[in-house]
Amino acid sequence: MSATIRLKTPLSDSDVEKLKAGDKVLLTGVIYTGRDAAHKRLFDLLKEGKPLPVDLKGQVIYYVGPAPAKPGQAIGSAGPTTSGRMDAFSPKLMEIGLKGMIGKGMRKKEVIEAMKKYKAVYFAATGGAGALLAKAIKKAEVVAYEDLGPEAVSRLEVEDFPVIVVNDTEGNDLYQQGMQQYAR
Amino acid sequence: MREIHASEIAKVVKSLCIEANLYLGEDVLAAFDRAEKMEESPVGKEVFEQLKENARIAREEQVAICQDTGLAVVFVELGQEVHIFGGDFNAAINEGVKQGYQEGYLRKSACHCFSRANTRDNTPAVIHVEMVPGDKVKITVAPKGGGSENMSMVTMLSPSDGIEGIKNRVVEWVKQAGSNPCPPIVVGVGIGGTFEQTALIAKKALLRTLGEKNPDPKLAALEEELLTRINNLGIGPQGLGGRFTALAVHVEMIPCHIASFPMAVNINCHAHRHKEAVI
Ligand code: SF4
Repeated sequence: MSATIRLKTPLSDSDVEKLKAGDKVLLTGVIYTGRDAAHKRLFDLLKEGKPLPVDLKGQVIYYVGPAPAKPGQAIGSAGPTTSGRMDAFSPKLMEIGLKGMIGKGMRKKEVIEAMKKYKAVYFAATGGAGALLAKAIKKAEVVAYEDLGPEAVSRLEVEDFPVIVVNDTEGNDLYQQGMQQYAR
Repeated sequence: MREIHASEIAKVVKSLCIEANLYLGEDVLAAFDRAEKMEESPVGKEVFEQLKENARIAREEQVAICQDTGLAVVFVELGQEVHIFGGDFNAAINEGVKQGYQEGYLRKSACHCFSRANTRDNTPAVIHVEMVPGDKVKITVAPKGGGSENMSMVTMLSPSDGIEGIKNRVVEWVKQAGSNPCPPIVVGVGIGGTFEQTALIAKKALLRTLGEKNPDPKLAALEEELLTRINNLGIGPQGLGGRFTALAVHVEMIPCHIASFPMAVNINCHAHRHKEAVI
């Protein structure tokens, strides 16, 4: 296990190339939320050759549908959702410059290949730790698709948001490695 | 005949929705403590730390344990001596869900299957009513998140598959689910009944106090063996590798047709939420 790495978003190729599966990372800066319905809309816009509501170059998308914020809170509980549902859309987004994805659960082979090809990484945040993770989110503002409710795209300002690298730019997979290490 | 006003049902459902989503049960917290001590993976230990801290924040700051506050699954044991008056019983439950999810700042996760348009109040609730003797109404609210529910299954085995068939399917299924359902998980297994019954008893198995064994020694042994085999997979907390993929396996069994051997696996995540009240 390596020590914790502090990283600022947006991420460059060299930022992500340094990351290895198993690295613990604290992210600071702006990240964007997006899950099922938002991915579908972004993907459809790209297919039609239309501009996206946010420029994803160098950005990190967090697969999350937060709980509503209580008065005085920046955001309600906000842990990751299952990433596999975004697999169909992710390679296209990496192609246009997306550098990081935060979620939980396994990615398809094509997505892992795309991370190698386009230089991007997949981070896991602790699924179900939504109350804890919300503490690292200082500001949240809907920037697109407000009609989608919890599925809208929001711009989050995060400070030391804790994640772990699952898939790196070399095709390593922490889920596979971890399981092999502890299987009996 | 005891009279209970429908508004009373709504009130109770409302507070159960909030309590279930904010306060993780003592049985689950105790299971985290036990597992954390025995977990060999350093990352796994850290995950347990985070989960305990998460539960503490949720409790103290009165926020949802997990942002996926689920579809509201409501089990009702309705005493046959009770007369509900003053309104529609099912509507009262839905009203309770609506108010609870609104006032508790819980996420609304119910949507239309095709358009995916959110119903905006987390209704309709999933309601299971069972008539029982007596003049009480017992209501259990068990919010169920999508991540773990998606990793569940029903299979119609052949009687010749036997108990080994059950074991292999459960272990295979948990392996396939991997990191998706937010391990450490709780595994509810239903055996027998019909297609729909086997799924229902698998879900009900999740309501049992965590780690409490099935009173039938054969089924208790099956639970134990399944837990060992699942934890030998090495998936570990959050799928990052480790000893604890599951905190418990709960099996329920009922008789089935001479030609059938149905089984179901209902996976629940560590956000193992349910709260009950008796009116
Ligand atoms: S599987 Fe459970 S803990 Fe994980 S995100 Fe869904 S509801 Fe939350």
